[in-house]
Amino acid sequence: MAQMICLQRWKWMHLDAFSHYAFMSATCSNQYGLMDGLLEELEIQQLHSVSQSTIYLLRTWSLSLYTIPRQIKCFIIVGAVASANGSALAKIGCTTMLAAVKLEVMTPKLESPDEGCIAIDFHMPPICSPLVRPGRPAEAAPVITKQLTDIILSSGMIDLKELSLVSGKAAWLAYLDIYCLDADGSLFDAALLSAVAAFSHLQIPVVSLNDNGRIVLISEENSGAMWEKEPVNKEKRKLKLDTLPFSLTCALHKNYILADPSAEEESIMETYLTVVLDSSLQLVSLNKPGGPGLAQTSAIQDCVALTIKRVKELQKMLNEAISDMEVD
Amino acid sequence: MEEKREDGRSATQLRPLSCTRSVLNRAHGSASFSQGETKILAAVYEPKAGTKKNENPEKACIEVIWKPKSGQIGKAEKEYEMILKRTLQNICILNVHPNTTTTIIIQVVNDDGSLLPCAINPACSALVDAGIPLKYLAVLCIGSQQARRTEYEGTGLFMEVGEKIKNGVITSVTHGVMTVSGTRTRRNQAAV
Repeated sequence: MAQMICLQRWKWMHLDAFSHYAFMSATCSNQYGLMDGLLEELEIQQLHSVSQSTIYLLRTWSLSLYTIPRQIKCFIIVGAVASANGSALAKIGCTTMLAAVKLEVMTPKLESPDEGCIAIDFHMPPICSPLVRPGRPAEAAPVITKQLTDIILSSGMIDLKELSLVSGKAAWLAYLDIYCLDADGSLFDAALLSAVAAFSHLQIPVVSLNDNGRIVLISEENSGAMWEKEPVNKEKRKLKLDTLPFSLTCALHKNYILADPSAEEESIMETYLTVVLDSSLQLVSLNKPGGPGLAQTSAIQDCVALTIKRVKELQKMLNEAISDMEVD
Repeated sequence: MEEKREDGRSATQLRPLSCTRSVLNRAHGSASFSQGETKILAAVYEPKAGTKKNENPEKACIEVIWKPKSGQIGKAEKEYEMILKRTLQNICILNVHPNTTTTIIIQVVNDDGSLLPCAINPACSALVDAGIPLKYLAVLCIGSQQARRTEYEGTGLFMEVGEKIKNGVITSVTHGVMTVSGTRTRRNQAAV
């Protein structure tokens, strides 16, 4: 990447950090702009000793930056995969996630005869990042899968009783698969957004009980012709979703909060905090998995405030995407 | 919520804790920790030369292996490994032995709830036993569960590892829905 090469070339020259910064931001022009200035400053800090003037500069620049989550577009398309029962493509900055829900009939568990089940899997194929090699699963993938499962099930977004067909005999098993197509930081946020969008788009197909006692799918062509079998559910319906969870990951570095870090920023900053709020602004998850930095209460409160803003934006965007889809 | 829980404890009472160091003689450091019926064994193997591929060679690398009581290693184990690794990265002084790998193995002996909070304590004790330099001597660890009968009606499971002196949060893992202010009051209660 352009700015990384610049850093290499100038590494061994003892320029004053301020002119370093000015050079970098002059030569590297891309959409991050000032954010990269901050990024380079932090890298420089780690390589050389930092002068007082740079600390002042860092503060004044960052004051205007640190509370802004990535303004570069968040983007949701629902119905991206036609063969799935529900799907969505979500993009936050460059991070792209494709989520698809497929429904299958299964026998419900004995302890919960009128509840369905959701199986979530997050895949990071080699296409998403040069750090992921084929054959070797990425370290982040099982962790994100588990976090997503915990959050989707504990947030109360889906009432599993809605997925029931015939009590004790048949229920829906929803397979949610999320594929990361481009890993550019904040993977969990984008994955959760695409999962929520896919579930919002999900339509449960019409099925009926045939003579052998098995559930069969009624396809569109047959439904008009013969109605010997009584359909179990009358029409395609959408899943009723209670409250939708949305999240924001912030990187913490000393006193600064960098909301929604990209992959380059993540590789330098080692401490993150993920806050998940639902649409009624209740806290679903506050996850800070260790890391060298400590999070003070004030930092946590700032992160929660940023997440509240993000929740409102994402909610609006998701509603627009769904209503666009329905118009078509 | 009722006055007493199933085993006779009140809402804020912890189970009896017990910790033993140097339980294994091949490992460089080891500790066994039990919180009621939950029992976890931790072993530390001293710095080996070389770090893993993507890690920073200027610092020591910490590797955590989590072995469940039964069954294969799955996603939950990977998540615990990641959380523990990053928490211990905060606690250990990593610059003392650059370009080395310290391995910590956690073996779950008995699982009766509060697995992750219970695991951080023997990991720290085992590090102390092995003589690895740490920034903070003891790590405060809380695993608590609250249920509220008020209009919010949420149950939250809330685990936090905090540093007492600077009063910052090292690690926080939550499960379940709760209000934002609720977590703040819980945190203040727990810090005491």
